[in-house]
Amino acid sequence: MSPLIIGITVFVLATFVGIEVISKVPPTLHTPLMSGANAISGITIVGAVTAAGFGSGGIATVLGFLAVAAATINVVGGFLVTDRMLGMFQRPKRDQ
Amino acid sequence: MTELLYLACAAAFIFGLKRLGSPRTAKGGNLLAAAGMLGAVVITLVDQDIVDWGIVIAGLVVGGVLGGVAAVRVKMTSMPEMVAAFNGFGGVASALVALSEFLRVDDTSAFANETVVTIALSVLIGSITFSGSFVAFGKLQGLVPGRPLTYPGQQLVNGTLAASAIGVGAWAIIERTDLAYWILAGITLVLGIVLVLPIGGADMPVVISLLNSLSGLAASAAGFVISNTALIIGGALVGSAGLILTMLMTEAMNRPLSNVLFGAFGTGDSTGTSGLTMSDKPVKRATAADLAISLSYAQSVVIVPGYGLAVAQAQHATRALADALEEQGIRVTYAIHPVAGRMPGHMNVLLAEADVPYDLLLDLDQANAELAAADVALILGANDVVNPSARDDSDSPIYGMPILEVDHAQTVVVVKRSLSPGFAGIDNPLFYADGTMMFFSDAKQALEDTVIALAEL
Repeated sequence: MSPLIIGITVFVLATFVGIEVISKVPPTLHTPLMSGANAISGITIVGAVTAAGFGSGGIATVLGFLAVAAATINVVGGFLVTDRMLGMFQRPKRDQ
Repeated sequence: MTELLYLACAAAFIFGLKRLGSPRTAKGGNLLAAAGMLGAVVITLVDQDIVDWGIVIAGLVVGGVLGGVAAVRVKMTSMPEMVAAFNGFGGVASALVALSEFLRVDDTSAFANETVVTIALSVLIGSITFSGSFVAFGKLQGLVPGRPLTYPGQQLVNGTLAASAIGVGAWAIIERTDLAYWILAGITLVLGIVLVLPIGGADMPVVISLLNSLSGLAASAAGFVISNTALIIGGALVGSAGLILTMLMTEAMNRPLSNVLFGAFGTGDSTGTSGLTMSDKPVKRATAADLAISLSYAQSVVIVPGYGLAVAQAQHATRALADALEEQGIRVTYAIHPVAGRMPGHMNVLLAEADVPYDLLLDLDQANAELAAADVALILGANDVVNPSARDDSDSPIYGMPILEVDHAQTVVVVKRSLSPGFAGIDNPLFYADGTMMFFSDAKQALEDTVIALAEL
């Protein structure tokens, strides 16, 4: 199989896994789910680090730097804010 | 070996998302996903032959500080804006990765065809996500008007722009010149702006979900560019998460996605004029004392929060009133419409911040069962999601949208700043109904006054 076909296979299967896993998340957690998923989309940081570190110089490196900064904002901010939110979700307790 | 380690990181994302499915395990799930991310970064730093360490570290530090400070400082009421902004950064990062990959190479004929196709796709999706997210951010922050911004011929202009983006994309793929990619980035940035501008504030839950999905797809496309399965899997997971939320939101509005995106919902002259005539109808006004009396005679009170609650930052005042009522043995529950607020789950997060146990938050079906037997439905800054014309008036633009049937409760009290129609721009017959009392006030002020009035009874 060509790398492209393997990539497409992985993409399709991962999409099915995602739909299966995420459709079970209750509405109460939709905001943390979204911001947590959002942080995961920052996985592009892997490509950004590579692009910035190549040492090719010039515009490619500038774009790489910007990519690292943007992806890191996404990752660090996303996971932190999700953690903050989830810290507020209490276990059901009866006051009386 | 490296491939397997990346796969382990992707597995951490899947398990992390799975654990986000229950409030008890969610915090751990988020940490697990974060650990997977940290792992992926460390693997990359070790495995790739990084030359420019200074640049990489500078980027990580700048991004980490900016993201960290924003995440710690943001108010829970501003969460939709925050998520929109983070989304935008994720999208632009993927576009930049692809663009940098292309510009780095001098002999572009060395690229495989599929690589240039995915580079063009990453740039296209990433740029639209970036500029679209920041327009959404601006609308939510009030920097850009929240109402749909429309002008004659808008669809034509947008259609032309979309067609030229595709044309330039094809040019970039075939000719493989730097210029083509720069123009593609420029056009798609503009496209993201003009696509979101005509969408009204009330439709933001759909837009944010969709942009979330796109940021995932951009990451996946970038994964194809650099042949990295962690990106492909991570991006696909986010793409499907955003897609599910998008579908849930459009279902809760009973409008097809195309109508949300291109319908410029919330304008239309007819609704504007009918809104004026409707507002001349008499309403029953209530004061804090009236509300306190109604509540004190109730056995079951259902609180219906909406965007107005977020604007007024009234979540703690809500909890204080609920505490006062529960002390008197009154059952208090919360009815949460899926599209209440500006993002999926917006109200749940606000109430969680005020320490409301999440099992008291009822979804649409549970809430309507509760409302049928409730004595008082207390509506705090919600409008369209409790509008009975969605159920009764087949001419209404929101006809068919599932609503919270607050008019089934004995008494309805609407706390609202004025009679102005909601973001959908549609008048609400609920306000003029016999069983309804209107309490014109800022939600926070109203709740605080009512707690005092309750104590004085």
